[in-house]
Amino acid sequence: MDVLNAIVALLNYVVVPGVAYGSQLALGALGVTLIFGILRFSNFAHGDTMAFGTMVTILLTWALQAAGISAGPLPTALLTLPVAIVVTAVVLLATDRVVYRFYRRTRAAPITLVIASLGVMFIMNGVIRFIIGPGEQNFADGSRFIITARQFKAMTGLREGLAIKVTQGITVVLAIVVVAALFWFLNRTRTGKSMRAYADNEDLALLSGINPERVVTVAWVLAAALATIAGVLYGLDKSFKPFTYFQLLLPIFASAIVGGLGNPLGAIAGGFVIAFSEVTVTYAWKKVVGYLVPEGLEPSGLLQLLSTDYKFAVSFAILVVVLLVRPTGLFRGQSS
Amino acid sequence: MTGNMRNILLFVIVFALIGAVGFLQSWNVALVILNMGLISALMALGVNMQWGYAGLFNIGIMGFVALGGLATVLTSMPPVTEAWAAGGLRVLVALAVGAGTIALAVRAWHRVSRRRGLVVSTIVVVGFIIYRWLFDPAVEAIEAVNPAATGYLGGLGLPVVLAWPVGGLLAAGAAWIIGKTALGLRSDYLAIATLGIAEIIIAVMKNEDWLDRGVKNVVGLPRPVPYEVDLQQDPEFVARALELGLDPATASSLYVKLSYGIMFAVVLVIVLLMAELSLRSPWGRMMRAIRDNEVAAEAMGKDVTRRHLEIFILGSAVCGIAGAMMTTLDGQLTPGTYNPLRYTFLIWLMVIVGGSGNNWGAILGGFLVWFLWVEVEPMGRWLIEVLTAGMSPDSALRAHLVESAAHMRLMTMGVLLLLVLRFSPRGLIPEK
Amino acid sequence: MTTEARPATPTVAPGPATEPFLLGEEMTGGYGPVDILHGCTIGVERGQIAVIVGPNGAGKSTAMKAVFGMLNLRVGRVLLDGEDITGLTPQARVAKGMAFVPQTNNVFTSMTVEENLEMGAFLRRDDISETMEQVYELFPVLREKRRQAAGELSGGQRQQVAVGRALMTRPTVLMLDEPTAGVSPIVMDELFDRIIEVARTGISILMVEQNARQALEIADVGYVLVQGRNAHTGTGAELLADPEVRRTFLGG
Repeated sequence: MDVLNAIVALLNYVVVPGVAYGSQLALGALGVTLIFGILRFSNFAHGDTMAFGTMVTILLTWALQAAGISAGPLPTALLTLPVAIVVTAVVLLATDRVVYRFYRRTRAAPITLVIASLGVMFIMNGVIRFIIGPGEQNFADGSRFIITARQFKAMTGLREGLAIKVTQGITVVLAIVVVAALFWFLNRTRTGKSMRAYADNEDLALLSGINPERVVTVAWVLAAALATIAGVLYGLDKSFKPFTYFQLLLPIFASAIVGGLGNPLGAIAGGFVIAFSEVTVTYAWKKVVGYLVPEGLEPSGLLQLLSTDYKFAVSFAILVVVLLVRPTGLFRGQSS
Repeated sequence: MTGNMRNILLFVIVFALIGAVGFLQSWNVALVILNMGLISALMALGVNMQWGYAGLFNIGIMGFVALGGLATVLTSMPPVTEAWAAGGLRVLVALAVGAGTIALAVRAWHRVSRRRGLVVSTIVVVGFIIYRWLFDPAVEAIEAVNPAATGYLGGLGLPVVLAWPVGGLLAAGAAWIIGKTALGLRSDYLAIATLGIAEIIIAVMKNEDWLDRGVKNVVGLPRPVPYEVDLQQDPEFVARALELGLDPATASSLYVKLSYGIMFAVVLVIVLLMAELSLRSPWGRMMRAIRDNEVAAEAMGKDVTRRHLEIFILGSAVCGIAGAMMTTLDGQLTPGTYNPLRYTFLIWLMVIVGGSGNNWGAILGGFLVWFLWVEVEPMGRWLIEVLTAGMSPDSALRAHLVESAAHMRLMTMGVLLLLVLRFSPRGLIPEK
Repeated sequence: MTTEARPATPTVAPGPATEPFLLGEEMTGGYGPVDILHGCTIGVERGQIAVIVGPNGAGKSTAMKAVFGMLNLRVGRVLLDGEDITGLTPQARVAKGMAFVPQTNNVFTSMTVEENLEMGAFLRRDDISETMEQVYELFPVLREKRRQAAGELSGGQRQQVAVGRALMTRPTVLMLDEPTAGVSPIVMDELFDRIIEVARTGISILMVEQNARQALEIADVGYVLVQGRNAHTGTGAELLADPEVRRTFLGG
């Protein structure tokens, strides 16, 4: 019985939040890795792109809520998400036209593009704070739980409850759908294959008649979609705050690098590695261990390896170890 | 020669701008801008050494600056003897155990060949348990000592000026760890690694109350210059002030700020001198040769990674010194206020605008961008107020716009960065 | 890759019999301010094999790249079937029926063999399965390995993928930059055999070769370049027999 309780506690506090957070990171890292593969630079504006897409979603959600439209048990934000993706894609394409294209044409060093992305980050950050303010916004509505801890306890008769939030369910389902669609696109469609070809060997792609501007355009649209979805899912699950999204850059980049920059499969794996490390290291294991050890031997401390304030340190530590041991990432990414 | 004239003119313009603030707003404000300008210029100089000399992309400047701030507390605050008695030694031993564990693990990773993973993880786990067993009770005891006023170990009680070199040393230490990890890999990795270490340094400073009171802040840091109140009570000073036609309150404030300014200027000049000398030395020439063609330099037998590590440590140390100076100027350490946009990306803007690769450019950029950063906000507010003048005073949109005007400067700085990068990538004072 | 595979060009009158199908005429230019080519002329007739040989640094690859539009010519012009294409980008030349196989990095290593071939046919909107079938017939080993990543293949197999990719556009001209660099002599002979087969289907072949003797043996026309200039021109057999060429260049 106690083993069961321990498993449920583990599921409730580690596995379920870890899967949700991992999905969000994976989607974010996919966007970073895609832009890296096609445009060959680390896009530091990606965190703010996520924040921008989420902001648009929130504003539209408020409009729908004011008009009395809702998605029933699901968050209203799901209705506005597609529109927000379109808006974000338009913004990214405009940014590409105004900022990045010039450096692509002049074949500037990648680091110049990175610096340019810092400028874009500044501007996006300012725009977001200007429009929606730097404060925290909660925009999740609809029902809160798929199953509450109390329902679970009543159902199973266990002492531990397992609660699954609607937002967690949506995160996982949407992430699976998005990733499946992305891989189908990259592996099965002509345009998707041409993007992989371009990422693999730019010169040869040109010789094959692949239009680089088209590939870049599609890459930005995909990045906008991935960033907006990742941002909205994170915001629904936790809350929206511009600075938090900026801070997400670190775990997202860590995920992309751990998996191997430029490798989509690696980005997903990296996202889950980082998410589960963060959750397990910052979780207080007292409860789980308490169920497993014989009575009287329960731990007195929290058995928390690191306080949650240091969760960024976890992604960083993993990043450092990967850079030291295997700089190309778990799945071989592009090394240059 | 004409190039030099142009550069001198640029400096004259920047100082004229600051002077204009003195005439139009107040000399107090002008001196505040000047002092932070000096500190910003020093930070820009440090970053320029890394980026301009060696092409290293460090976006963790905030962390090195914050370490300088930590150094002021650790150096200048009086030690809290009670807290030391409660658990000071134990914390030190715990930290030593922690560091020893990591060192041992690294050694094991390199030495052990069979079951390496198992050995290393055993070392880490055992070390961590001992560390926590030592560390947790000690921290609890220290933080229980008069938490409202201290609750931390305090510092060494040394003169605060000593904190500046100490800040440099702390930053250099952090830079060594980062450099050892991320140098020699592609440049983006260094960027991510520095971004990460900066966040972690801030997290430590915010949460380790036993070290620096965390978000409770350390206030009342000792000053290297007299207090205004003391000056105002000094009859000799009052008499001199009245002679100059100033009221004693203003005079004391100006005197303090000027004293800071002179001290900062001395540091800036020393660092600039050293930076210029090193740039012209064989070492500096080699550095630039490496930057311009890493492959060729490597083929000629230059140890590129080693040279990069040197310059990375030096540049970070300069940022650490500047950070210590800044905290000294503030008179308090407030870990909650470190923000990467202000302390990392703004410094980058200074380097890019000023002219990467040129120390004078970095200094010019430091003053100019800092001036803009301070002045854009009131300008933005003024602009918004003019634009919204037609709206009714209680309109929600107007209130929102006026309230958000502060964020305009982020946009302005971003636009400035992109414009300079695109149309004048070599900056105001290009590299020679 | 029979004649019906070639795009018909009824609007452009075929040039006089003496004028080659593809001609780079009096080409002068280089990558930067310094000229590498000095009035160099290279041409190939329909369905023939032209080989460019010469010592290292003679500008062989440069001449080929000039024909393909990868560098700007200061003087001279490039004609394809009588049409002046000097101003076209390499991509536009691909659309005109020219295909180029670079010396290195000539396959998409992370993609399967089949995907490589598909990418070769990227510009085509029609059914490509027939052309792919022809490529597999030409290089049977590729059919076996079609689901394998090109990066995992041996050097010789990679070259086959590279040539196959270029053939997927159904080109009228196939340009090969040192196709046998770094492959074993046996593989080289095999590749040359395949190249002859390709030429028999009516595709003109222009290639740069380091292995001069073997290449001239299969060449209808050979160009010996020295320092960016035409030093000797003739049929492969003529050049092989030329004592001057033999002495200075083929090593006796």
